[in-house]
Amino acid sequence: MGVFWDAIKQAVSLLVHGDRYVYEVMWMSIRVAGTATIFGMIVGIPIGTWLAIRRFWGWGAAATVLNVGLMLPPVVVGLFVFLLLSRQGPFGSLSLLYTSTAMIIAEFFIAAPVIAAITMGGVASVPKDVRLQAMGLGASRWQTIWLVLREARVTIISGIVAGFGAAISEVGAVMMVGGNLSIAGHNQTGTMTTATMSLVRQGEYATAMAFGLILILLAFIITFLLTRTQQGVRRRWLQS
Amino acid sequence: MIGSALPGRLHCRGNLGLGIVVALALVLGLAVLVTACGSSSEASTTAGSETTTSVAGKTDLVLASTTSTQDSGLFDVLIPAFTEAFPKYNMKVVAVGSGEALKLGQTGDADVLLVHSPAAETEFMTAGYGMGRKAVMYNDFIIIGPPSDPAKIKGMTDAAAAFKKIADSQSLFYSRGDKSGTNAKELTLWKAAGVTPSGDWYQTTGQGMGETLTIADQKGGYTLADRGTWLAKKDSLENLELLVEGDKALFNQYHAITCQAAKNMQGANDFMNWIVSPYVQQNIIATYGLDKYGRPLFIPNAATAQ
Repeated sequence: MGVFWDAIKQAVSLLVHGDRYVYEVMWMSIRVAGTATIFGMIVGIPIGTWLAIRRFWGWGAAATVLNVGLMLPPVVVGLFVFLLLSRQGPFGSLSLLYTSTAMIIAEFFIAAPVIAAITMGGVASVPKDVRLQAMGLGASRWQTIWLVLREARVTIISGIVAGFGAAISEVGAVMMVGGNLSIAGHNQTGTMTTATMSLVRQGEYATAMAFGLILILLAFIITFLLTRTQQGVRRRWLQS
Repeated sequence: MIGSALPGRLHCRGNLGLGIVVALALVLGLAVLVTACGSSSEASTTAGSETTTSVAGKTDLVLASTTSTQDSGLFDVLIPAFTEAFPKYNMKVVAVGSGEALKLGQTGDADVLLVHSPAAETEFMTAGYGMGRKAVMYNDFIIIGPPSDPAKIKGMTDAAAAFKKIADSQSLFYSRGDKSGTNAKELTLWKAAGVTPSGDWYQTTGQGMGETLTIADQKGGYTLADRGTWLAKKDSLENLELLVEGDKALFNQYHAITCQAAKNMQGANDFMNWIVSPYVQQNIIATYGLDKYGRPLFIPNAATAQ
């Protein structure tokens, strides 16, 4: 128990005193996961919506691909991105391996399927009547889709949060394509998860625990905001 | 319109609520199960007072060692041989950096260590965390780099001088920076070269030897590697070659240490005495790697080292 409390005490002191390395790594994590989530939304929400409201030839195959993407172990994503970006790989000339861009690409492939799948579920659960009535009242196709997305927004927000959660907690893939590099104590491509792994291997439990605390805090903040959004939506529901 | 959607939504939320309750119940059930298992095995281990008993009357013996020893494959022959000689032990091997291995020895999470970080080991012994310490074997480090060799170090026999040239030419160098034995050796060499490495050319990976070699290969940089990992991995490293070897300063001594906080002190002593015994030294360690690489990966020296 001694080691545990010592680590927590030292971690809090690192956070309070604004340890430079800790904050650099924290911002790198948030920036990479955030960017990957934004791209994941741009791609995932339209795909999820489209799969939910259209039935077309090959729909089954498309939905299967999406679900496989959801189940894909992140390490496999990491391996693919690594081999594609490696010097001997097809995109080797871009020199993207061991950069934050490489990590964003890997996390995008982890976050996008989550966002698409949850969006699909949310949009599909909006009753068809809503769409029919809107169209009957003269709404255009885009207005109707916008309305359906508004109806499903609570679920879609959950999807975005789940996508961000999957991205920021990823270790293996990010380690492989990011390399956890630093120069003279200045972080280059380390994230909170890869740095934690590396620190534990060195017996540096305090700094590792600092990242653990930040990740827990982040989870609390996001859950709090999410719950408030959902409650706000429900209150408006009940008032209407 | 919203009103018309409401019953559907409520219905849906009801299902969702039920789903969440079921999921929570499952997770809680699992957690209780795991805790129950954990505490029952806990009980059985404390029941054995000094030593921990587990499967079929066997006693757990935890060896903490380094990733390079594990990656070299030596344990694949060493551990089965030990458990054959001492069937009463249930051997568990934890492969980590030397830094964490020593920490595990300090906290009593490991009984015996096989590490190669002389300075940190001496500190460990002085602080009273170790009981006994014996030299076991050594292997050697080599300097690896791109064939283009921008620092012009190929064929040099003085490792510190080679490091000086890398620093002077500001050639990309990847340090493990993970407090491993290899990292400790690298820092000793920089010191001997009279260089404090800093600047964009000196990058830290915080990862193991294999990963660091991959990064050096991809980025075309230099690194210090143990020969075992290099030999095992060099087929996948197209942009790297061995540049400097043979300097005495590149030798890497392994010690076995029994830990003060060991839960299984008897087992720790048995392992340490076994691994330095002439039979193990000559018949297991000295022959390992001969058939595959044409040379042994580790040279036993329990008899000759201090």
